[in-house]
Amino acid sequence: MSKVLKVTKGLDIKLKGEAEKVSKDVQPEVYAIKPTDFHGIFPKLIHKEGAEVKAGMPIIYDKYNEHAKIASPVSGEIIEVVRGEKRKMLEVKILADKEIKHEKFSPKSGSREEVINSLSEAGLWPCLIERPFGLIANPEVTPKSIHISAFNSGPLEADVEYVLHGREKDFQKGVEVLALLPSGKVHLHTHKTRNTSDLFKNISGVEKHVFSGPHPSGLPGTQINMTDPINKGEHVWTVKPQHVAMIGKLYNEGIYDASTIIAVAGSQIKKPHYFKTYMGASLKQLVEGNLNGKEEKTRFISGNVLTGDKVKKTGFLGFYHDTVTAIPEGDEPQFLGWLAPNLEKFSLSRTFFSWAMPEKKYDLNTNNNGEERAFVVTGQYEQVFPMDIMPQQLIKSMIVDDIEKMEQLGVYEVLPEDFALCEYVCTSKQPLQNIVRNSLDGAKQELG
Amino acid sequence: MKALEEFMQKVKPPKDGKFPLPYWIWDGTYTFLFTPGHTTEKGVHVRDGIDLKRTMFTVIIALIPALLFGIWNTGHQHFAAFGEDPAFIEKFIYGSQLVLPLVIVSYAAGLGIEFVFTALKGHPIQEGFLVSGLLIPLCMPVDVPLWMVAVATIFAVVIGKEVFGGTGMNILNVALTARAFLFFAYPTKMSGDEVWVNTASAEGVSTVDGFTGATALGDLATTVGSPVGSNAEVVGEFAASGAYSMFNAFMGWIPGSVGETSALACLIGAAYLIYTGVGSWKIMLSFFLGGIAMGGIFNAFAVNDFMALNPLHQTLIGGFMFGMVFMATDPVSAAQTETGKWIYGFLGGFFAIMIRVFNPAYPEGVMLAILFMNVMAPMIDHYVVEGNIKKRMKRIKPAAA
Repeated sequence: MSKVLKVTKGLDIKLKGEAEKVSKDVQPEVYAIKPTDFHGIFPKLIHKEGAEVKAGMPIIYDKYNEHAKIASPVSGEIIEVVRGEKRKMLEVKILADKEIKHEKFSPKSGSREEVINSLSEAGLWPCLIERPFGLIANPEVTPKSIHISAFNSGPLEADVEYVLHGREKDFQKGVEVLALLPSGKVHLHTHKTRNTSDLFKNISGVEKHVFSGPHPSGLPGTQINMTDPINKGEHVWTVKPQHVAMIGKLYNEGIYDASTIIAVAGSQIKKPHYFKTYMGASLKQLVEGNLNGKEEKTRFISGNVLTGDKVKKTGFLGFYHDTVTAIPEGDEPQFLGWLAPNLEKFSLSRTFFSWAMPEKKYDLNTNNNGEERAFVVTGQYEQVFPMDIMPQQLIKSMIVDDIEKMEQLGVYEVLPEDFALCEYVCTSKQPLQNIVRNSLDGAKQELG
Repeated sequence: MKALEEFMQKVKPPKDGKFPLPYWIWDGTYTFLFTPGHTTEKGVHVRDGIDLKRTMFTVIIALIPALLFGIWNTGHQHFAAFGEDPAFIEKFIYGSQLVLPLVIVSYAAGLGIEFVFTALKGHPIQEGFLVSGLLIPLCMPVDVPLWMVAVATIFAVVIGKEVFGGTGMNILNVALTARAFLFFAYPTKMSGDEVWVNTASAEGVSTVDGFTGATALGDLATTVGSPVGSNAEVVGEFAASGAYSMFNAFMGWIPGSVGETSALACLIGAAYLIYTGVGSWKIMLSFFLGGIAMGGIFNAFAVNDFMALNPLHQTLIGGFMFGMVFMATDPVSAAQTETGKWIYGFLGGFFAIMIRVFNPAYPEGVMLAILFMNVMAPMIDHYVVEGNIKKRMKRIKPAAA
């Protein structure tokens, strides 16, 4: 317990607009489930438009993994199923009741099977993410361990301890239930300075690890690589701490409680602070009247600036997200941008002056800051990639689709989010997360 | 700048059609003038400020001390050959008249051919040549004919880079490919006693009879084959009072290729590259240590005066410093793994001294050593990567056992 695992390679991108720890209750009228949040599922509707649902009633399921049911966060009426190209299901919108009615469950925890069935029935199975490949866990697989990262390290992300304040009991129950699933242990990862309260100190029945250092120390990928690396043929599941508490609540009180506290942050938000709302909430009420600058010059992100999804102002909070970020769009060309001193830009390299101002907070916009190029610079990803993996070589093997090399270089341990910082610092502006996602999908098909 | 932006948008040629060349020239110019307003779409929403243009420009800034010193030194050597010592500015102006045409021809030929390939392949021009275009004139003797510079540049860009797929794909350092091409195709213009110092008078006739403008390495090469101590005259040049004393070699007022002579100018560039993080300090340091190591070994087993030279002195003469700072660190042709960079650099420096001493026909061992290591770099990387793979495979074994 005394040993602190140091993450030395990484980067904290300090942005303006950190959420103040004040939370306001907001109950938007409309909520949505976004099947696109769950990578790789083939969504099927259980209830049609117009149906009345209660909080916790499964609304869609995955055709190929019937345990992967996704439940309604609130009670109300399904008002619209939004579809995109080729009738791809994008959003299932639910008009919420004034008073949330919960579906009642009586979950069982006698055996592994009972836990799986209980979680699945209550729509909590998608909380479990399986590595390799980062898909919703396959219940037929017994993972060697389950990992919970009890802190966020990404830019402007919500403080997990603030969000889970007062929910120790649910969290404790949650880890007890989860402990029935893997063949090994449940691991709980905390940060030396980011975790300040006693929230996770008294949790028992888990193997605890303490980390220090910058982002990506809070990503499960980093933590697993340093404590319990995934070898070929092994599986590991990860769960977000908020979801652990939800699982606990299901077992403590028999309800699917999607209420959650989220951070609304970013330089485009006038008064960034926390909101108490429900998962899948519409962004509209969260940001309305609280914006700096024009709406059309604002990028709304469900999640953080590195891995989040671009959404419209009328969009919805993602299933796995606890943060909404709003930053300015950077669609203006800049005269001699490559030459200007650019004091307002943040860079890993010392060709800018950001290194001299380590405490400065930046108002970064979405400009690409250059065009995509072939790989030229080397040694750059290595500075922000803490895993014992060679990032550039792995990326190259992915680009040329060399599955054998990918396997040898550690493809089982990485998800797109693990390459987000590499993508940020990349001089050649390569779309690394996209490359990783595509080749993980390819490898999944090939290797099963 | 709004007006310029609007003007550029107005004159934008069509992208598709039979002659895409104007479009890509416009594109290259526009993105040079303006960082486009492209925004992130997938993946990260914010991006680091740096791009390839800024990276390359950083290297150009690092090259400026070597360029300015090279211009001055060209004039200085010219007047010294006549036994004159005019004012600083006169030497500088004279040097500019000889060096700037080299730079202009190199850029014109290189960028011209780059734009043609850009149009053929239909992708935006990449910035790699911005640096190569300045490295090429700096690693040439000042008296090399301009047409040769053009031919070498075109050869290097086409055969050294574009056939492999363009910027980022080349195996060999482009500037050194240009130099090696001239070195083997026109050896009389690239080595010997006549090319390093411009001795033309105003009428364009060489007037200094019997003047030998050999480089330090050229002189040292003459000592090979005779035992230590038998070339007192040459060795004297390397003593503290000689023309190639350690101080003179460090400051750089000796004959040589345009930009390579001053170790000081190269080290100023090195400091800037290391400070910005654009150049790999690992390669520079290990290259230097490799040179010192080989020089030290020679020194211990010296059978001629060349081998007996102080190892530190070895690294100060010839293109050693220039190659170490600007050529070996080219990230595309160097080793790409962090461990590989140590090996790559060390062997580069090691071979540079070995070639120059053991093979006096090629006094410029640095060029050949770096080109050789460019070829070897993928192999070094291969073994480093294999090491990482083996480590990962070992992890499985205890579980299987």
